Amino acid sequence: MKKAPLTILLAFILLCCGDNDDDIGLTLLPEENEALSGGQNTVFDESENAFARPAPLLSNEEELIFGIGNSFFNLNWVTAPASTTARDGLGPVFNSRSCSGCHFKDGRGRPPIFDGEQNHGFLLRLSIAGISPNGGPNPHPIYGGQLQDRAVPDYTPEGGFTITYEEVRGEYNDGTPYSLRKPTYRFNNLAYDEMGPVNVSPRVGQQVIGLGMLEALDESTILSFADESDLDGDGISGRANYVWDAESQTTKLGRFGWKANQPSLFQQTAGAFLGDIGITSSLFPDENCPTQECEDLPNGGTPEIDDEALRNVVLYVSTLAVPARRNHEDQEVLKGKILFENLGCAKCHISKMTTGPHKIPALSNQTIRPYTDLLLHDMGKELADDREDFLATGREWRTQPLWGLGLIETVNQHTFLLHDGRARNIEEAILWHGGEAEEAKNGFKSLLKEDRDRLILFLGSL
Amino acid sequence: MVAALFAASCSSDDNTPDPDEGLINPELAAAVKENYADIVYASYQDAYEGAEKLREAVEAFLSSPSDITHIDAKNAWIMAREPYGQTEAYRFSNGPIDDSDGPEGFLNAWPLDESWIDYVEGNMEAGFINDPNFKLSKEELENQNERGGENNISIGYHAIEFLLWGQDLTDPSENKAGLRPYTDYLTDGSGTASNQVRRAEYLMICSELILDHLQLMLDEWDPNSTDNYRVTFLDLSDEEALKNIFTGIGQMIRSELASERMNVALASRNQEDEQSCFSDNTHRDIRLNAIGIKNVYTGTYTRTDGSMVSGSSLSDLVKAVDPDANTGLINAMNTAMSSIEATAIPFDLAISDETERAIVFNAVVDIQNFGDLIEDAAAALEL
Repeated sequence: MKKAPLTILLAFILLCCGDNDDDIGLTLLPEENEALSGGQNTVFDESENAFARPAPLLSNEEELIFGIGNSFFNLNWVTAPASTTARDGLGPVFNSRSCSGCHFKDGRGRPPIFDGEQNHGFLLRLSIAGISPNGGPNPHPIYGGQLQDRAVPDYTPEGGFTITYEEVRGEYNDGTPYSLRKPTYRFNNLAYDEMGPVNVSPRVGQQVIGLGMLEALDESTILSFADESDLDGDGISGRANYVWDAESQTTKLGRFGWKANQPSLFQQTAGAFLGDIGITSSLFPDENCPTQECEDLPNGGTPEIDDEALRNVVLYVSTLAVPARRNHEDQEVLKGKILFENLGCAKCHISKMTTGPHKIPALSNQTIRPYTDLLLHDMGKELADDREDFLATGREWRTQPLWGLGLIETVNQHTFLLHDGRARNIEEAILWHGGEAEEAKNGFKSLLKEDRDRLILFLGSL
Repeated sequence: MVAALFAASCSSDDNTPDPDEGLINPELAAAVKENYADIVYASYQDAYEGAEKLREAVEAFLSSPSDITHIDAKNAWIMAREPYGQTEAYRFSNGPIDDSDGPEGFLNAWPLDESWIDYVEGNMEAGFINDPNFKLSKEELENQNERGGENNISIGYHAIEFLLWGQDLTDPSENKAGLRPYTDYLTDGSGTASNQVRRAEYLMICSELILDHLQLMLDEWDPNSTDNYRVTFLDLSDEEALKNIFTGIGQMIRSELASERMNVALASRNQEDEQSCFSDNTHRDIRLNAIGIKNVYTGTYTRTDGSMVSGSSLSDLVKAVDPDANTGLINAMNTAMSSIEATAIPFDLAISDETERAIVFNAVVDIQNFGDLIEDAAAALEL
């Protein structure tokens, strides 16, 4: 893509001239309410609690339930049997003892820094050839759908893993070099047989903000972004995933997860309780166990989390507010926003949409700025995990919402991005884009350094 | 409140007169900010002195463990909580206690998973104290605080509380706190549990860290400094400074006090969900938080030594613009304080006895109403 001079771009946007001498020159203006990423469910908080605030529109009663859900989200589950019956039933195999272990302060996980580091918010999904009876990935016959690297005292973890990174060098069009790190994974200390042929796909936990409003989007809104056969010829298709909904026993539009493989926050939450912490629920009542010996260990009741507690956690993860933009009026940020649109980033990272009805009234009819279309896109060979997930191919990923992006460092003290945390910062995440985003990525590479910085500054203001 | 915060258009350094100018009297606002900063500083000074006495009592206990020195240390902890509990009204205010490098989580994080620190019922080997490979130091314990989970608390008031009292395993109706014996700290070979030397070392480190972390707040609010948060705060526009204060007390009372500190425990009926569960001092936490918010709104703080810090207040500001909003807020505040006073002591009894539970819920609702009126008052000032 040929680089358009910024001065020409400026001509296309609203300008405001001040009425005193301090305001000589062009002033870029944000859109009305542009800072309010979560509509009326936006909070003005730049602290480490920026992702942890209740949606302002919640009723007093809902805010109390939010608090209860929060306590369950944070608590460390313990091995059954225990005197604290409401919170026993951990494992037998698990990845984390709490939701907050992977979504610390409702934020984002990262790859482990050293082998065996616990509580980082990263896990390996496993699958073998074929599909499950529900049409999803086919779990490994012994190790199941993911590698649980921890276990209760009387049992053995399924195994561990080692990550090695290889630096891959590249350069911008202006000759500035960069380096990306490409991960490979090796199992160690496997408790059972060798894995055999298995597909491994890593996942980090994502920030939990604004999710209920994504659930409240009308299906028609999401589908209006789709262009499966690329009829407009822009090289970007975008298609919906349709996935199994265990509650209704039907196929539904997928919205959540790295491959849009979860239809609802209820299922996402119950699935994480089972897969990540080893907590059964009415939706997923069967303990996730590799052996009969594991099945025979004491459990924390049937189910281990009762329906009311599960509903409370679901309300909590549905109603975390979205932090407001910072510096959205900054001229450099606004120039970065123009670049974001001109490079085509905004074709998938769609900025603005309005929610439909939701059973939690606070989430309904909100104009939000999540910067996603919730659709699947081919992201190229380099990012491909070769894992098919319902309709998603091995090269497709869901467009990640970008709201809150710039606050991850404040909340979680790291800036690792993408599904496996391979990108060490926003710049690297852009450079990993391929496939349908190849042209946008090349556009970024062709920018001058100062314009690349502006784009990154804009993304950091989200 | 969100509606009032909708971004204004065009440039902010516009010289044309603002039609709303005059709603907040600038001289009064300046006096309110100054008095707030004075109260914050005085209360952190009191918290620091309380923590110093706690450290001395812990030192005395560890140098000569006995029932008596143990009781003295526990009492020093309870007394140290009195000023600190009131300082929580300064949280959520974009201030230094909980900004991106603020020490709030080092000081007061809870609920804590006891097994992160020391032995628990059913696992005598748990915690850093019983892991001889873990090097005990200020830095290492600070690093482990909230590592990989919000219940993984290694330091702060509640870590010390657990180390002094131990788990509260008795039924609430027995009205007993945790029953850790002082012999957990005997190092002559006759002690209970293992790793008494490490336990003592751990407790001493935590007692010193509290002082380090409170010192940060003293530095930030020291009126004699020319480069600290107090200076920044006084330089903020009146609107921003006042908005920060209102947001802080509003969130503290609604999300923290009514919801997380009272209703969560009420819903679970579990004493693990009360803030000071080892010492059974949660009833004071609740009252002190409410008093702290009253201090801020009325601009009056009674120091540990009984002297007063008093001056212009948020109440004065609201009264000048909307007297009814001020009266309504003060009535709601007094109602909430009375409802809190009516709850049973200890709090684990209040959340487990059927009659008492209704009284706690009544207080939760009254506190929420109080919080609603704090938001209304901020709106009356067009913040």
